Amino acid sequence: MAVTKVSLCGITLDNPVIPASGTFGYGREFSELYDLNILGSFSFKGTTLSPRSGNPLPRIAECAGGMLNAVGLQNPGVEKVIKEELPWIREHFKKPVMANVSGFSVSDYASVCELLDREDNIGWLEVNVSCPNVHGGGMSFGTTPEGAAEVTKAVKKVTKKPVIVKLSPNVTDIASIAKACEDAGADGISLINTLLGMRIDLKSRKPLLKNKTGGVSGGCIFPVAVRMVYQVYEAVKIPIVGMGGIETAEDVIEMMLSGATAVQVGAKNLVNPWACPEIINSLPEVMDKYGIHNLTDIIGGAHE
Amino acid sequence: MRDAEFIIRSNREIARDTFEMVLSGDASDCARPGTFVNVHVDGLYLRRPISVCFADGEKMILIYKVVGKGTDKMAHMKEGESVMALTNLGNGFDLSKAGERPTLLGGGSGVAPMYGLAKALIEMGKTVRVAIGFRSEKDVYYKREFEEAGAEVLLYTEDGSIGEKGFATDHLPGDSTFLYACGPMPMLNAARKHIKTPAQYSFEARMACGFGACMGCSMEMKTGLKRVCKDGPVFDGEEILWP
Repeated sequence: MAVTKVSLCGITLDNPVIPASGTFGYGREFSELYDLNILGSFSFKGTTLSPRSGNPLPRIAECAGGMLNAVGLQNPGVEKVIKEELPWIREHFKKPVMANVSGFSVSDYASVCELLDREDNIGWLEVNVSCPNVHGGGMSFGTTPEGAAEVTKAVKKVTKKPVIVKLSPNVTDIASIAKACEDAGADGISLINTLLGMRIDLKSRKPLLKNKTGGVSGGCIFPVAVRMVYQVYEAVKIPIVGMGGIETAEDVIEMMLSGATAVQVGAKNLVNPWACPEIINSLPEVMDKYGIHNLTDIIGGAHE
Repeated sequence: MRDAEFIIRSNREIARDTFEMVLSGDASDCARPGTFVNVHVDGLYLRRPISVCFADGEKMILIYKVVGKGTDKMAHMKEGESVMALTNLGNGFDLSKAGERPTLLGGGSGVAPMYGLAKALIEMGKTVRVAIGFRSEKDVYYKREFEEAGAEVLLYTEDGSIGEKGFATDHLPGDSTFLYACGPMPMLNAARKHIKTPAQYSFEARMACGFGACMGCSMEMKTGLKRVCKDGPVFDGEEILWP
């Protein structure tokens, strides 16, 4: 019998597959298609202190093997999430859910995490440090070790839940940023967020996205994600949640070999809404094919 | 929603850059007028949202205009090939609001969903008028199909090459009980200025998922942010924040 259970920051997952934030809403649309409880967990839509209406349209573009999005963290704000979404999740998902948190100042992050800390069905706080710091000239927190560490420290002060810092790949040295988060008390690292990109419309000769730039996701970014997870695994001891272009059970195994304890599936949910159950169902067979009995045994297996 | 397989029975150009794709397969959940399907195109990452022109049991008609890579690939698909599509997407038109004499307004590709709507309303015993607008004679499609379905057709072209010269929105009948409209935003905006009757408008947007998960197509309405794919594509006139 293939063992797919993994332990992420002290919480056991039935399998390592977690739909990624921003591709799964709060689970409602997918609950009409399959029982959410087959998932390891899911990471809900990035939540901020105040409601956000997001960026102007068009927010979506396409590229070979993937897509670009500039949704801009549209979300109803933490209060409404607690009042309207978490009770629904509690009723339909009987496992700990991952709360994805975004902010535009250190105090934003802390306020949101403090409120979410009281919610019993939240297992982990996944802190997205890719947002621009309004007090730091708009530079993203996640682009410097200091910025990422500052957010990590502030969040750790207000919660007892495991804090997983979600890193941006749009940096020179991702390992040093991961290390800074670990030193600041992070319980885990998740990566990669989307890669910054742009498409230009040949007819109008202008960027396709109204926001001009957008985050690239989909199968085309998988090798970049595998490489970055590999680098971060060498730099930190805390568990890694690997994501970026995962589409199959084989991809899950590859990402775990590079160093991930669990994985997230993002853009694939949007083009195949049954992607996660399909991956989970095929995992035992693919494990068998590669002689894997227990998934936990292969974490970081590609390293010397 | 299903990821359903259809077989192409025909795929032909019925007007300039405009194609009619007739599909067979289980289309039982595609019949609600104003809904759409999200079509998988081999070699492309995102699916292409296409409004259902007409569906009934084992048959579905999609009409689409070639505007980019996806629709161009669709235009080259051949009879007998299979097509995968996510079905039964969007809210569709509310037929209970029609009253006795509804007017259906369609412009360009927006004419397509009006065909299924017209047939459904006529079946309900309504007197249906269809105001359709195109750029020129070469762009006109489905005039005869609407007439055969029992609708009165008011045809307009911008250059007057066929039908009346002008915009369909300039000549909307004043005695309509309800207006259903689908077409480019400037047309919808002109329509709401010209007509006092209550109305529903169908929007289009660039989408990723098409089923409400990604927030890629959210539009600000009077009632807050709405997803064109899931909360729409059809919206009541009163809730729309016009440009």
